[in-house]
Amino acid sequence: MSTAIKDTQKMIEEVLEAYPEKTKKDRAKHLAANDPTGQCSTCQVKSNMKSRPGVMTVRGCAYAGAKGVVWGPVKDQVTISHGPVGCGQYSWWSRRNYYNGQTGVDTFGTMHITTDFQERDIVYGGDKNLHAALHELKGLFPLAKSMGILSECPVGLIGDDIEAVSKTASKELDIPIVPVRCEGFRGVSQSLGHHIANDTIRDYILGKGELDKSTPYDVAIIGDYNIGGDAWASRKMLEELGLRVIAQWTGDASINEMGIAHKAKLNLVHCYRSMNYICRHMEETYGTPWVEFNFFGPTKIYQSIRKIASYFDDRIKENAEKMIEKYKPVMDKIVEAYKPRLEGKKVMLYVGGLRPRHTIGAYEDLGMEVIASGYEFGHNDDYKRTYPDMKEGAVIMDDATLYEMEEFTRRLRPDMVGSGIKEKYSYHKMGVPFRQMHSWDYSGPYHGFDGFPVFARDMDMTVNSPTWDLIRRKR
Amino acid sequence: MIRLKIRDHNDLFQGQEYIEQFERKREFEKGPSDEEIRRVAEWTKTEEYKEKNFARQHIKINPAKACQPLGAVFCASGFEGTMPFVQGAQGCVAYFRSHLNRHFKEPFAAISTSMTEDAAVFGGLNNMLEGLENAYALYKPKMIAVSTTCMAEVIGDDLNAFIKQAKEKGLIPKDLPVPFAHTPSFVGSYITGYDNMMKGILSGITAGKKGEPNSRTTNKINFIPGFDTYTGDYFELKRLMNMMGVKHTVLADVSNVFDSPNTGKHTLYPGGTPLADAMDSINADATIALQKYSTFKTMEYVGKEWSQKTAVLTPIGIKNTDRFFDEISKITGKPVPQEIEDERGRAVDAMIDSHPYVHGKRFALVGDPDMLMGLVSFLMEMGGIPVHIVCTMGDKKFTEDLNALLSESPFGAEAKVYTGKDMWHLRSLLFTEPVDLLIGNSYAKFLWRDTETPLIRIGFPLFDRHHLHRYPVIGYQGTINLVSSVVNTVLDEMDRKTINTTSFDVIR
Repeated sequence: MSTAIKDTQKMIEEVLEAYPEKTKKDRAKHLAANDPTGQCSTCQVKSNMKSRPGVMTVRGCAYAGAKGVVWGPVKDQVTISHGPVGCGQYSWWSRRNYYNGQTGVDTFGTMHITTDFQERDIVYGGDKNLHAALHELKGLFPLAKSMGILSECPVGLIGDDIEAVSKTASKELDIPIVPVRCEGFRGVSQSLGHHIANDTIRDYILGKGELDKSTPYDVAIIGDYNIGGDAWASRKMLEELGLRVIAQWTGDASINEMGIAHKAKLNLVHCYRSMNYICRHMEETYGTPWVEFNFFGPTKIYQSIRKIASYFDDRIKENAEKMIEKYKPVMDKIVEAYKPRLEGKKVMLYVGGLRPRHTIGAYEDLGMEVIASGYEFGHNDDYKRTYPDMKEGAVIMDDATLYEMEEFTRRLRPDMVGSGIKEKYSYHKMGVPFRQMHSWDYSGPYHGFDGFPVFARDMDMTVNSPTWDLIRRKR
Repeated sequence: MIRLKIRDHNDLFQGQEYIEQFERKREFEKGPSDEEIRRVAEWTKTEEYKEKNFARQHIKINPAKACQPLGAVFCASGFEGTMPFVQGAQGCVAYFRSHLNRHFKEPFAAISTSMTEDAAVFGGLNNMLEGLENAYALYKPKMIAVSTTCMAEVIGDDLNAFIKQAKEKGLIPKDLPVPFAHTPSFVGSYITGYDNMMKGILSGITAGKKGEPNSRTTNKINFIPGFDTYTGDYFELKRLMNMMGVKHTVLADVSNVFDSPNTGKHTLYPGGTPLADAMDSINADATIALQKYSTFKTMEYVGKEWSQKTAVLTPIGIKNTDRFFDEISKITGKPVPQEIEDERGRAVDAMIDSHPYVHGKRFALVGDPDMLMGLVSFLMEMGGIPVHIVCTMGDKKFTEDLNALLSESPFGAEAKVYTGKDMWHLRSLLFTEPVDLLIGNSYAKFLWRDTETPLIRIGFPLFDRHHLHRYPVIGYQGTINLVSSVVNTVLDEMDRKTINTTSFDVIR
């Protein structure tokens, strides 16, 4: 075992000292020193397990995974937060899944629609109300292509039968209705919500869309939620490559696109964590192959374009080389401008289920080093994909708590931290440059050739803002 | 400095390449035709649509409302060294935290007991015990204030018994104050949750303290601001009471919690009402609430159990602020100092100077009950005409109160109060009976976009503008801030509308 690994392990042990015995034992399984070779047996973290009560986990719930990630961005579906008023309120247009359309007329993405449970719904059940609500919504939004019912905690606890209501109302109203059993108490994080939502795409929508004709170049973008326009920046590149994007899941997605992705010649998966389930299903049922790709930063983009092109004919392969030739000077200019300002800066990441590994290359393109990274709701397969991309002895953290993050920050002294809104302002108070890596801090896109310049600009303004120097630091 | 022109989403997607991309994508979307979209869009603006919209009984669309525990954790955080602790599913707490982070642009600590399926079956006792043990060990609070999510309420967790057990088992110290409140999300809203938590904390920590005033708290007045998300209001209240020489305790003083100085150090508990003061609040001379609808149960409790003078005074606008100082003066026997009288004069002066731009302007308002009461009073003082008043969280009592207020002024004659209605109802109203100005939170910007009614951002949450919560809306100074927001929105709009006309005046 190398000294880098040993040093990190020692640091982790020190941090764990503050916990009560049972929690210490549990948390020890989720923190590790990285071994890129995968040989060190104690360097693998456990993941996708319950958070300990009382430790201030950053995690959300299954509803958050189903609403905020998978179904929420589908633009021409009326999506109902079924239960008390809060869940829908707190997740109202907070993820910036951009879409084109006229809201309230043919699209509904920025709306908060809820059955607003009252005590009588808990006592007598909410099914009757839900049924009436579906009728009212159909009347008010005749251009909706589907309705989705996202269950909140009480729905599952009181034993409502939303599937039956959906079936009945769907027939009466002649519109697909998708019941999603994503009650917040299910599972250990947002992750199960992704899975449940994937299953409902499979059961209610997939295979039902129309595609006028097929071409040998049809692909679908899967697991890009178009945050700040990411999917659009990616689509632009794929089209330039000579491919035809027949569906975007689920950023700026329409229900029709949700129904035809299986007809693609290849599914291109960006967020593996949230949508691998449905890709496996499409592969098994329709024989649609899928491949993971990474459009963060030029190095990964070049690799990904070539990888994607390798599934197609020579024309596409040639296009890939032409594109790289065309955009390399543009990317080089960005790197040339920003690298001198960011070279050697250390980054700590703690994000959701993809970006803790996918953005590493983009930071490295700018000369920065990711010294710690972790997932809120990653699984074993995510960590397996992460270890080789990080240096020996880097900190790997799963479901990190506020306490752990602060302790690691104190000891590792990163030059910037990339994480979420709940962490952002603690870091501002600490005087540590911080960037939200869920919402791009209201910037973006970060994907693709159009996204990387924005990423570089944003990381520069984060690390090099003169405001950090104004703090009169208390010791 | 780098001089590269970087295009982000704000201008990138306006480019020709992207416009063409969006057009190509429509082949796969199979959406309605442009003509169909136009037809339906126009139909949503009609009287017919409004009737259909108002006939709806079973669904809320864009409500101005959130759930009880949000108010509970907000309240709990306003006490010294206090960790808000929520028995229930963890996603809720993640949501409360992010919601408050986004409004205040400040950190916010709160804890969940991460209840999952097994707790649904067996109850949440184990989660509570382990949660209290961990929270105490890691975050070293002086008080833990427990509230609940709907999950814990549906399965019927017994907070009192659980907390007792935690203490008996030695998981947390016996003398650690752990007040609690049941805050089901399917009853009321965050103003109810604030009320329940406040009552829970006060009844919990003042038990047995009656009749033991310590020297620092005699002749003191308690103030309960209510679910007030303007940190500026707390600083303003304390400034004014110090000017008057009134000794006071602000109960749930969130000012430093949501507006803490940057010192390069993050502290979990940057402020809050000192616990010693909070415990001694039972011995004050009087308790004054600055909001009514978020303090019903608390004020009833204080009046009955503490046998103190109580009053509810919301100092928004001139008359309300006058009443506020009159009452404080009466209760404390202290005169209102000349400096405050001068502030009044300045506020009135500001209103007189700006009145031509507000007089006769018709307003739509959406928001929380207490804020709406204050704003309506203020607008009528300026000659403004409230027309549509939407209060999703309002009840019958609120409607009565507001109608009584409206009947006091000829400017209130046109107003209609809509409780339990939402911003989709208001959208219909703004199309069928347009007004000049709209007052609401950040989500009301969708109404501005659809109906082009200029938006004045007052209320909660305010996500898309920075620092507004730092400027008080209470007191005479707060009134000046309100005048300034209202009149300058009118003038900005006037400039936009006259930009290509001769009326583009430089002096207004």
